[in-house]
Amino acid sequence: MTTGADAIAIRARGLTRRFGKLVAVDHVDLEVPAKRVYGFLGPNGSGKSTTIRMLCGLLTPSAGEIEVLGLRIPAQADELRPHIGYMTQKFSLFEDLSVCENLEFLAAIQGVPKAKTKARIDALIGQYHFGDRQKQLAGTLSGGQKQRLALACAVIHEPELLFLDEPTSAVDPESRRDFWEKLFELADAGTTLLVSTHLMDEAERCHRLAILDRGALVADGTPHELTAQLEGRTFIVETADPRRAQRALDGVPGVLGVAQVGNTLRVLTAAGAGDVTQRMGQALAAAAQKAEVAPAPPNLEDVFVAATRKGDGDGERAA
Amino acid sequence: MNWRRLWAIVVKELRQLRRDRITLAMVVGIPVFQLVLFGYAINTNLRGLDVGIVDQANTAGSRALVLDMLATGVVAPVARADTPQELMAMIRRGRISIGIVVPPDFERRRIDGRAVAQVLVDGSDTAVQGAAAQLMQVPIDSAVPDTRAPLTSTPASGRISVVGFYNPQRRSAVNIVPGLIGVILTMTMVLFTAIAIVRERERGNMELLIATPLTSAELMVGKVLPYVAIGLVQTSVILALGTWLFEVPIRGSVLDVYLASGLLILANLALGLLISTRAQSQFQAMQMTFFVFLPSILLSGFMFPFAGMPKLVQWLAEVLPLTHFLRLIRGVMLRGAGLGEMWGDVLALAAFVLVMMALAILRFRKRLD
Ligand SMILES: Nc1ncnc2c1ncn2[C@@H]1O[C@H](COP(=O)(O)OP(=O)(O)OP(=O)(O)O)[C@@H](O)[C@H]1O
Ligand SMILES: [Mg+2]
Repeated sequence: MTTGADAIAIRARGLTRRFGKLVAVDHVDLEVPAKRVYGFLGPNGSGKSTTIRMLCGLLTPSAGEIEVLGLRIPAQADELRPHIGYMTQKFSLFEDLSVCENLEFLAAIQGVPKAKTKARIDALIGQYHFGDRQKQLAGTLSGGQKQRLALACAVIHEPELLFLDEPTSAVDPESRRDFWEKLFELADAGTTLLVSTHLMDEAERCHRLAILDRGALVADGTPHELTAQLEGRTFIVETADPRRAQRALDGVPGVLGVAQVGNTLRVLTAAGAGDVTQRMGQALAAAAQKAEVAPAPPNLEDVFVAATRKGDGDGERAA
Repeated sequence: MNWRRLWAIVVKELRQLRRDRITLAMVVGIPVFQLVLFGYAINTNLRGLDVGIVDQANTAGSRALVLDMLATGVVAPVARADTPQELMAMIRRGRISIGIVVPPDFERRRIDGRAVAQVLVDGSDTAVQGAAAQLMQVPIDSAVPDTRAPLTSTPASGRISVVGFYNPQRRSAVNIVPGLIGVILTMTMVLFTAIAIVRERERGNMELLIATPLTSAELMVGKVLPYVAIGLVQTSVILALGTWLFEVPIRGSVLDVYLASGLLILANLALGLLISTRAQSQFQAMQMTFFVFLPSILLSGFMFPFAGMPKLVQWLAEVLPLTHFLRLIRGVMLRGAGLGEMWGDVLALAAFVLVMMALAILRFRKRLD
C-alpha cells in the first residue's frame, strides 16, 4: 500500500450521494495526489463533509466508484481504516476524558505498539502544546485547543492519509499559521492530506484544491492554475461612493460579481465578455460616479465566485 | 477480537463512569431505595397452581376429597406421587408449588375429627400460600355421604392442615427481596447499555470510532463488561441489605446466587445494546427500555403470580429474562435448590444472552447511513 512520489492516493469517479430528493454530492470526479495537501473549498452545504465521509467509507455512495490507497471503497473499508486518520468537523473526542486519556485511548484503538505509546503521546503533547493541560478534560478546552487535540489524535498512529474536515474553523489566525505548519510537516513526512475549508487564505496554501458548489465539483487544480485562468478578468474600481457604484455595476452585462473591499470595489467579469471595461465606464458615468477602473491580479475568491456563478444567475444561491 | 482494543473500551467506560457522579450514586441509590420501598408485599388470589397429589388412603372418600379440592380451580394436577417425600422433592425443584397428602388412615381421622389431609405449600411464593388457604375451605363432609347437608357443612378449617415450606412465617420481604434483585438489575442494566451507544452517536463520538479499526464485537463487549461488575455490586448491596434489614435467608449456595445474577445482568445488558443499535436518541432508548421493563415487572411473576396468568401471557413471559431469573433466585435463596436442578431456566437465560448479543453485533454497522 506504499504510494510512489507522484502516485494518486484517492481516485473517485462519478461520486454521487443522495439524501432522499436532495443530491448532496453530484457526480464528482477526483484525483488526489499522494504526499500533498489537497484542499476542498466550498460554501456551507456544498457537500464537503459528505464527500469526505464517502471517501473514508463511512457513508455508502448512491453511485460512483472510489479507490483510496489502492483499495475499493466501501467494499474494502475495513482494510483501509488502519491507514487513515479522520478529524471530524464536529469535535468527536470524549469530553469527559482528559487530554492524556483521549490520546491513550486512541493509541490503543489505532494499534500504536504498546512499547512506543508512551513516547508517542509525550511527543504529541510537546508538539501540540498540551504540556500544561494534560489532565484537563477535553470538554473544557477552548474551541481552538479542541481542534488541536483532535489533530493530535488523528495523527497518533502516523497514518498515510489524513482527512481533516474544517480543522481550523475555531482556530485564531495566528494559531492557524502554526496549524498549517504542522500540516506541511506531515505532508513532507509523506502523509497525504485532504483538508476541507471555506477560508480562502487556507485554500491558497494547498498544493492543489477542488472547489465544490451544491454538490458539484466546479473547478480543480493548483491555486496558481486556477487564478491564472482568470487573468485579465478582474478589476479594482476606486470611487468616492462604493455602495452606489456597486448598484450601478451590478446589472452590467458580463459582470459576474461586485464585492466591496474597504473603499474599493472588486469586480469579476465573465470570460469573453468583450468590452466590459467600456460598459462599466458607461454605467458608472450614467450613475454620475467618478470612478477609476484598473485591472487587478485575480485571487482565489475570484476563482470561487467565477466557478460558482458559471452558468446561472446569482439569484438561486442561498447564503 | 483484539484484546488491547477491547480493554481500551473498558477502561474508557470506567473512566467516564467515574466522572459521572449521578450515575455512580444511582448504582447504589436505586437498590437501597427500592429495597426499602418494596419491603411489603402484594398478595393476590390465584388459580391453576401446579399441584402434586399423594393419596395414600385411596378410598372412595379420599378420592372424593381430592376431587373437591381440584374442583375449587385453585389447583390443577400435574403429578402424582407415592410418598410425601417425593412431593417435597418436587416442590424443591419448582415442579409443583402445592402438594396434597392424604394419609393412609384418612377414614379413621375423618371419624375422629382430626386433620384428614395435609397441604404442602411452597412458601417462597406468598401468593401460593394464599391459595393454599382456599384449599382449606373445602368442606370435608361433602366428600363422603353423610347425614349432614353437604352445602351447609362446616368448613374444614383445622381438618386440613397446611404445612408451609421455606417461608414458614409467610413474611413478604423474604419473597420480595430475591425478586427485587431481578427487578433492579432489569431496570438499571438495560438502561445503562441502551443509552451507551446512542449517547456516543449523539455526541458525535461514534463517527470517530467507526473510522478506526475497532470492530463491532470489541465495541459491544467492551461496553458490556464494566456494567457486569456494576450489576454484581448492586446484587451485593441488595443481598447485604436484605439479610440485614429483612433477615432474608440464602439457603442455597452464594455462588449460585451470583451466577444466576450474572446471567440476568448479561441478558439485560445485551438487550440494552440491541435497543441501542435501534434507537436514534437517548429519549427513544429510554422509551424502548420501559417498553421492556413494564412487562418484566408485571408478567414475570414478581408483581402477580405467574400461575394466575392466561396461557398466552405465560408464553410471552417465558421470553422475558426476569421470569427465568425469578424462578432461579427463589429456588436458590428460599428453597436451597442448586442451579443444576433448574437447568431449564439457566439454559433459557444463556440462550437469551447469546441471541441478543449476536443480534446487537450484527445490527451494529460501522456506517453512518
Ligand atoms: N444525513 C443527512 N441526511 C440528509 N441530508 C444530509 C445529511 N447529511 C448531509 N445532508 C445534506 O447534504 C448537503 C451537504 O452537506 P455537507 O455536510 O456535506 O456540507 P458541507 O460542505 O460539509 O457544509 P459545511 O461547510 O456547513 O460543513 C447539505 O445540504 C446537507 O443538508
Ligand atoms: Mg461539513
